[in-house]
Amino acid sequence: MSRYSRRRLVNRAMEGIATVAALVAVAVLVIVVVSVTLRGAGALSWDFFTKPQALFGQPGGGIANALIGTILLVALATAIALPVGVLTAIYLTEFAPRRLAVPIQIVIDVLAGLPTIVIGIFVYALLVIGHTQSGLAGAIALAIIMLPLVARATQEVLLLVPSTLREASLALGVRRWRTVLGVILPSSVGGILTGTVLAVARAAGETAPLLFTSSIFANTVQTDITKALPNIPVLIFTYSEQADPALHEQAWAAALVLIAFVLLASLAAKALLARSRRKLNP
Amino acid sequence: MSGSFTMPRVIDVAQARRESGPVQREVVFEVQGLTVNYGRATTAVSDVDLEIYRNLITAVIGPSGCGKSTFIRCLNRMNDLVPGAKIEGRILYHGDDLYASGVDPVEVRRRIGMVFQKANPFPKSIYDNVAWGPRVLGMKKNVDERVENALRSAALWEEVKDRLKKNALSLSGGQQQRLCIARAIAIEPEVLLLDEPASALDPIATSAIEDLMHELKRDYTLVIVTHNMQQAARVADLTAFFSLEVDDHRRTGVLVEYDATDKIFTNPSDKRTEDYVTGRFG
Amino acid sequence: MSAVPTTSPLQTRRRFRGRVGDLLLHGLTLAAALGSVILVGAIVWKVLRLSGTSFDRFGLDFVTGRTWDPVRHVFGALPFVYGTAVSSFVALVIAAPLAIAIGLYLSELAPRGVRGLVGSLVELLAAVPSVVLGLWGILVLGPFVAHHVEPWLHTTLGFIPLFGDPQQTGQGLFTAALILTIMIVPIVASISRELFLGVPRELEEGALALGTTRWEMVRGVILPATRSGIAAALILGLGRAIGEAIAVTQVIGGGTRIGWSLFPPADTLASKLASSYQGANPGLETSSLLYLAAILLVIGLLANLIAQIIVRRFDPLRGARA
Repeated sequence: MSRYSRRRLVNRAMEGIATVAALVAVAVLVIVVVSVTLRGAGALSWDFFTKPQALFGQPGGGIANALIGTILLVALATAIALPVGVLTAIYLTEFAPRRLAVPIQIVIDVLAGLPTIVIGIFVYALLVIGHTQSGLAGAIALAIIMLPLVARATQEVLLLVPSTLREASLALGVRRWRTVLGVILPSSVGGILTGTVLAVARAAGETAPLLFTSSIFANTVQTDITKALPNIPVLIFTYSEQADPALHEQAWAAALVLIAFVLLASLAAKALLARSRRKLNP
Repeated sequence: MSGSFTMPRVIDVAQARRESGPVQREVVFEVQGLTVNYGRATTAVSDVDLEIYRNLITAVIGPSGCGKSTFIRCLNRMNDLVPGAKIEGRILYHGDDLYASGVDPVEVRRRIGMVFQKANPFPKSIYDNVAWGPRVLGMKKNVDERVENALRSAALWEEVKDRLKKNALSLSGGQQQRLCIARAIAIEPEVLLLDEPASALDPIATSAIEDLMHELKRDYTLVIVTHNMQQAARVADLTAFFSLEVDDHRRTGVLVEYDATDKIFTNPSDKRTEDYVTGRFG
Repeated sequence: MSAVPTTSPLQTRRRFRGRVGDLLLHGLTLAAALGSVILVGAIVWKVLRLSGTSFDRFGLDFVTGRTWDPVRHVFGALPFVYGTAVSSFVALVIAAPLAIAIGLYLSELAPRGVRGLVGSLVELLAAVPSVVLGLWGILVLGPFVAHHVEPWLHTTLGFIPLFGDPQQTGQGLFTAALILTIMIVPIVASISRELFLGVPRELEEGALALGTTRWEMVRGVILPATRSGIAAALILGLGRAIGEAIAVTQVIGGGTRIGWSLFPPADTLASKLASSYQGANPGLETSSLLYLAAILLVIGLLANLIAQIIVRRFDPLRGARA
């Protein structure tokens, strides 16, 4: 085989390998989604969404309590993480001297990479030892995970605001804080929203932070955040470790709900991103 | 040869070339009815017919946007890399259609080399920049010799022979461009296409490149795109003048006149050419 | 305020209120930013402190201790360090070429429409919650591995001690490594794709104009130019794998065995924490678990910092080092 044909063959082979790799990734996603759908769709019903977990050993029941609990937990976590994240980003882009900004950025990146189970244990040690599990503790653990995501997304979009805009406002004699709150933040809302939606999608599926802070719950609807709140990820986790196929089916169904939510949130984030991009470059 | 810009030098060179007219030379490229469209809206060049002759320097001049770069990139099938580019017409290279089905662009580019407007050395050492092409293409014998010859032909050897292992990016702009020329000739092409090779360089570096071209034309066929008329007058044996035709909001590049350089500059046949070279427009 | 005479008291008041606003915002945002820093410090400090009892008892020998016995109050981390190391390493070995190939496909090969679609699907894979992957792992992947993959590997490659006797449930290091691979690939693929797209067009064209094939251009120009970024991406993916507790604990089976075969059940640092923390006896056992958490934390921090250093120091495209 001539040198040239060998080179062509190698090129073809590499192209094939790359294509196969991409196909494998898509295939895995499809297999997982199809598995979840096939195995979980059967348990979906009106009861499933409106009834709380059944008593041990009894058939039926649903995920109503876990659903409400997750919504409460994520809402509370967002309420904590969003302002802190946005404020942190504002500090980094508007106020921080260069020498401080870089180390703080590194720390935030480190925070983003910490194992979530360690974060769960930390909040457990801080708030649960000596008391009981609580939705509040769980929400705080989730907020710690959401914080770097919100901060980074906000920072990126704040940096996109042209400095001419800032200068124009300050040149009018408008105060710094008014400029930030009245000019810069409003133009960044799209990006902040996108980052928040993605952080919410992430938080809704996190189990490890809740494992020690909000995992021992009754099978009734609970809205008191000083007590452990039922939630979907821990429910899936617990059911998955049991041997009862009925519970497995419910786990699959709950997983389907979770994946559907994550998918919707990702699509929403993409749409938001496209829209805010269009606003910047009409 | 010095780099002076006075008129007498232009006429001297032109007269010298008139004695060995292009008619006796072998045809390297025969372009027939070349039309290039990018998508449906843009026609970059339309219906170009010309021949390129061996061991001569052919310049392509014209106002910006007239399709000079598009034209030259067709000669080594670099426009294949532009998504949406559609090429009609024929380009015969020594009688063979470059765009016939079954022709591999890889082989085309081995024989027809290109130097780009902005010097683009690889982030490798000077030696590796020149040696990489031959090694990959299978010219494994006497790589050292090959590198030295290429660098000598590019008038760069004396300046870099003691630091061949240094990063190519440490060279000046003019040196980097000569390195790119060395890189291109290391694989022993027949033709060298140069797309505005000196436009990013200072006058001294430009002069060095132009002197180099006179040397190179002994062994290679050169086609050079330039927006600098004086450069074309200094360097080229033949000059092709492209211009823009505006027709119904569509701008298309067309070949207006193609002749010996001195004729183009002293006694053009087409009024559009005359307007351009005398500076009335463009 | 200043030496400029004020013309009316109203003006002074407004100016004062504005300054307060500025100071307030500055202070608030500074507090938030510092809060993040303090948070990381607090996490590290708390974990280290709570592991103190166990550290006092076992010292650094804990890391090499092979026994984990709550009854006899002997604790050692080695089985879990081994589990973490092996599962993450195997996952990385499988994931790295896969993810880089996908990154190349998305940046160099895929036609325009496909590029966006497949890219989105890969990102979606990254968004699947780990508990869902773990559920799928227990009920679908595990049995599949147990009934098809492990026996096949054992019969064809059984001479390699990695592939010992197949297990019944499919729960073990091997399945855990597969799940971790699924988690690492999208992260590394997305970052790789961005890196490859970032290589300047002129460099690619310069290589292709010499008459090289696409693959030769990738191997000679794109991969060398992005190697530090890819290294950082791989370390990031590795950090993710090391820290994953939920999906791993669901499929790894639990155990303290250290041996050659990948198939029997085991535990990683993270999975041991997830499975044991609830029922642990306060005192030495809990403290030992927190010692595990401390080891996990240190490894995670190291991985993160190394990734940051690589990116900042060794980017070939910037002409720093060839």
